[in-house]
Amino acid sequence: MTDAVTDIASDRRAARAAARRSRERRGALIAAVSTVVVLGLLTLLITQSSGWPTVRETFFSWQAFKTSFPDILRGFWLDVKLFVSVEAVVLVAGLGIALCRITTAPALFPVRLLAVVFTDLLRGIPTILIVYLVGFGIPALQISGLPNDPIILGGLALAMSYSAYVAEVYRSGIESVHPSQRSASLALGLSSAQALRFVILPQAVRRVAPPLLNDFIALQKDVALVSILGPLEAFRVAQIYAAENFNYTPLLAAALLYVAVTIPLARLVDRMQRGSRPPVSGVVR
Amino acid sequence: MLSRRLLLPLVLLSLTVAVSACGSSNNSSSGSSTTSTATTAASCSKADLALVRSGTLSVGTDKPGYPPYIVDDKPTNGKGFESAVSYAIAKQLGFTKDQVTWVVVPFNSSYAPGPKKFDFDINQISISPARARAVDFSAPYYTAPQAVLALKGTPAAAATDVAGLKDAKIGVQIGTTSLKAVTDTIQPSKQPSVFNDSNDTVRALKNKTVDAIVVDVPTAVYLRDFEVKKSVVTGTFGGAGTPWGVVLGKGSKLTACVDQAISKLQASGELAAITKQWMGPYTKAPQLG
Repeated sequence: MTDAVTDIASDRRAARAAARRSRERRGALIAAVSTVVVLGLLTLLITQSSGWPTVRETFFSWQAFKTSFPDILRGFWLDVKLFVSVEAVVLVAGLGIALCRITTAPALFPVRLLAVVFTDLLRGIPTILIVYLVGFGIPALQISGLPNDPIILGGLALAMSYSAYVAEVYRSGIESVHPSQRSASLALGLSSAQALRFVILPQAVRRVAPPLLNDFIALQKDVALVSILGPLEAFRVAQIYAAENFNYTPLLAAALLYVAVTIPLARLVDRMQRGSRPPVSGVVR
Repeated sequence: MLSRRLLLPLVLLSLTVAVSACGSSNNSSSGSSTTSTATTAASCSKADLALVRSGTLSVGTDKPGYPPYIVDDKPTNGKGFESAVSYAIAKQLGFTKDQVTWVVVPFNSSYAPGPKKFDFDINQISISPARARAVDFSAPYYTAPQAVLALKGTPAAAATDVAGLKDAKIGVQIGTTSLKAVTDTIQPSKQPSVFNDSNDTVRALKNKTVDAIVVDVPTAVYLRDFEVKKSVVTGTFGGAGTPWGVVLGKGSKLTACVDQAISKLQASGELAAITKQWMGPYTKAPQLG
């Protein structure tokens, strides 16, 4: 009797599993077929258009790609160095500005005011304009001792713009930590500064890690803006090749390089976001 | 799980793209050769010309335009070398002055594939075989060597030969042949700075972000006389320079007609007169050894 029941149960389980497998197979097959059909139609539409041979020659020329790629890659190395160092500055400066903004002491009102003005102004001005104004404006002052190197000036401009964004990200993180955390820390005998350093900031920074990385991705692309000041970074090198041969393929090569860095970063953000879902309140981890 | 389900479609995707891209590679070359033979046969009487806008000749140039090529940033006034040349070509093709329409064409979009918004574009563009694969060039209307502009009292200003510029930080404008001249002939030890437009290039020189800039001779002399205080044209280098042509769409039916117009202007001496009138004061510069 019991044997028969288990048999029926395992039979049913097997049947269910088989049904699920076949459903999944069918799903994958349908997805594959529809992908091929849609993309096939799209490629057909594009390649059959009358302008395609020209577009193919001007945007997808293997010859142009091959000749320009090594130089663009060398230019991209400058981008990598620049965005890593700017990001380091931004993470520190952004936190500093956020901390200025959350102060409450009346005497520190001017500091708060400055922080608000800084974030509002720098988030309000297009990044390319900041790069332009800093890059051509500061050397025009002709004050000896001020930096004159376009790479440093461009990096400074980017750091200014991105610190403003990152400061707001930090601030939202800090404000998301429940006030009871601070009260509890003070009750335990921690000073205000200690509570901030050991209780609030660790939680805040962990919560905003994904949006911080998001800004990092944006910064990684925006380093190309420094090209307007003259340095030979990837985008500029690509533009030079494009203008020399009247062929846009090198720009595509540069785009590939940026994407090669941003896509892995984006996947990393996805993974972090999955891992950092807020815990159910009251549960100690 | 999700990624495995995505894998098959993605593989197929890349395959379809690869196959279709390879498949069409053969017919692109045959298409361009047939169009170029058709251009020579066309008639050049005004009624037969294939124009972007009927009844008017659309001439493209960048904005802002600078002397001695365009005066007062108004190509319509007929003043300045390239404005004068354009009106002379238009006259040869049978257009009166008010039948010429100027359109703003940034250098970087002059060679974009697809329909053009100009019949021809005149913007100090150097002719080169690589570029001629994307656009049609007219016969050359001018040739200018490259020149170095530096601030007085700097080592770059005192240079008497190309070797004296080796350690200078040099600025150039993107898209010009100046960069190639710099890397080929001067071979500087510091990477040259490459700017978006001539305004930025000049700004960098004034800011001393660069030691010297390289532009064509007429521009250098104009900048020295009117724009950059206390500057000197150190000299020209790299031979006679690359010839400039007007740009037309690839396979344009107008190319042969513009060529004809330019050769008539050359034969009649009109082109020489225009060149002397507008470029005359701007071509005198020492030559670097």
